[in-house]
Amino acid sequence: MKLTSLTLAVAMFGGAAVAAEVGPREVQFNEDGGVEASLSGMPGDPAKGAVVMATKSMGNCVACHAVTALSDTPFHGEVGPELDGAGDRWDEAALRGLLVNPKMMFEGTVMPAFYVIDGFTRPGDAYTGKAAQGDLDPLLSAQDIEDVVAFLMTLK
Amino acid sequence: MKYKAITAIAALLALPMSAQAGPDDDKLVINGEIEMVTKTAAPAHLQDAMDEVMSGWHFRSDETQAMEADDFDNPGMVFVEKALGAWETAEGSEGKSCADCHGAVEDMAGVKATYPKWNEEAGGVRTLQMQMNACRTERMGAEAWKYDAGAAIEMEAMLSSVSRGMPVNVAIDGPAQATWEKGKELYYTRTGQLDLSCASCHEENYGNMIRADHLSQGQINGFPTYRLKNAKLNGVHSRFKGCIRDTRAETYSPGSDEFVALELYVTSRGNGLSVEGPSVRN
Ligand code: HEC
Ligand code: HEC
Repeated sequence: MKLTSLTLAVAMFGGAAVAAEVGPREVQFNEDGGVEASLSGMPGDPAKGAVVMATKSMGNCVACHAVTALSDTPFHGEVGPELDGAGDRWDEAALRGLLVNPKMMFEGTVMPAFYVIDGFTRPGDAYTGKAAQGDLDPLLSAQDIEDVVAFLMTLK
Repeated sequence: MKYKAITAIAALLALPMSAQAGPDDDKLVINGEIEMVTKTAAPAHLQDAMDEVMSGWHFRSDETQAMEADDFDNPGMVFVEKALGAWETAEGSEGKSCADCHGAVEDMAGVKATYPKWNEEAGGVRTLQMQMNACRTERMGAEAWKYDAGAAIEMEAMLSSVSRGMPVNVAIDGPAQATWEKGKELYYTRTGQLDLSCASCHEENYGNMIRADHLSQGQINGFPTYRLKNAKLNGVHSRFKGCIRDTRAETYSPGSDEFVALELYVTSRGNGLSVEGPSVRN
């Protein structure tokens, strides 16, 4: 999945776009736990963001959050707050920060960090139950996160 | 600026798309005669975390709940029947059956309620399956059964069935305490790339839906459980393994020291609930 979107980016924008990507270890947080700059160096696509949020093998955000705009997808969870109006409550930098690593804003939260690859206890190889080999991939790619942020900004 | 985790927000907002909310108040009586304690005051060691402990039965649908109320409807009881046969069958070099040493299965009532428990000779905590295997290898001259599989899980279900209705009562002090502490640490350790502990789901969020699943307290008084999802008896360690795998972590293995410790700890969180296995879950 990550590979395809990367290949796509190269095809569409050339090498420069890829060079602008901020890796999981390079993200700069502001003092509120937000992240100002686009992770991919490109704008997000809200339609794609909606797919990332509703798809189990991608963000699976609806596992924990109810979102009226995604009500075509059945079974929204209630572990986290409802996300209707998230675009009013938060600005773009805060939402990006929340997705990269929500613990910067909510101490001890159960919400996973979608763009962190270090510091885990017994990290596994996805859902196999086996030990991870080498560096982890982040749960979502830089562009996935930009797409989700763009979608959340439409929730007003 | 940091905010403290505010799970309470979830409770304040209306949740139009959730199917259920919280555990129900139904009563479980098995075969019209065994009255089950499925909710009770939390044991003393847990009172900082929660007031009441509840069987996973309260979090299942009415249909699933009903299957457990009658042995004819409980698919787990087929395996109990099988184990009744195994109980009386001699095996191994000594030509002995379980019944030769222990008598009638009814005489084993109460045993399940106290396991896992410290074994002086072994110098460690034993689960019921470990004890069964000790009998097989040391007294019967038979081979150990594979952990959480076939004959072992069936025999555990049978031993549980004769203790149904009795309160879970595992000892957590004395020589078992160190193992219990280790289990407690495992319970609260966040693992995997999702960075979740047992407590993240079963202490902080029981009663909430996570996607299509209604989160329970993750109690194990009902084990072994017959799950409709995989149509077989499921052991405690296999369930632990599945939950840890779902945090995108490297799991431990059934029968490992870690899972023995975790089983003692999680069992103790249900001290006071009725022994309920084989229960029915989805
Ligand atoms: C395992 C549960 C879980 C998952 C999965 C999850 N979240 Fe969250 N999220 C939470 C919780 C819990 C909070 C509230 C913060 C707290 O109190 O811990 C939260 C807070 C938020 C907030 C701020 C809420 C508000 O409106 O004030 C946003 C936005 C958000 N999450 C978006 C997402 C998105 C987008 C995804 C998927 C890419 C996602 N979450 C996945 C549990 C989760
Ligand atoms: C990501 C969330 C999550 C985490 C973390 C998690 N579980 Fe679970 N667990 C579930 C779900 C979902 C179910 C099925 C619904 C239920 O019974 O709660 C479940 C079921 C169970 C059950 C079966 C309960 C019954 O009545 O049959 C047990 C026992 C259990 N979990 C124990 C644990 C333990 C111990 C840990 C930590 C090692 C753990 N879980 C971690 C989500 C989780």
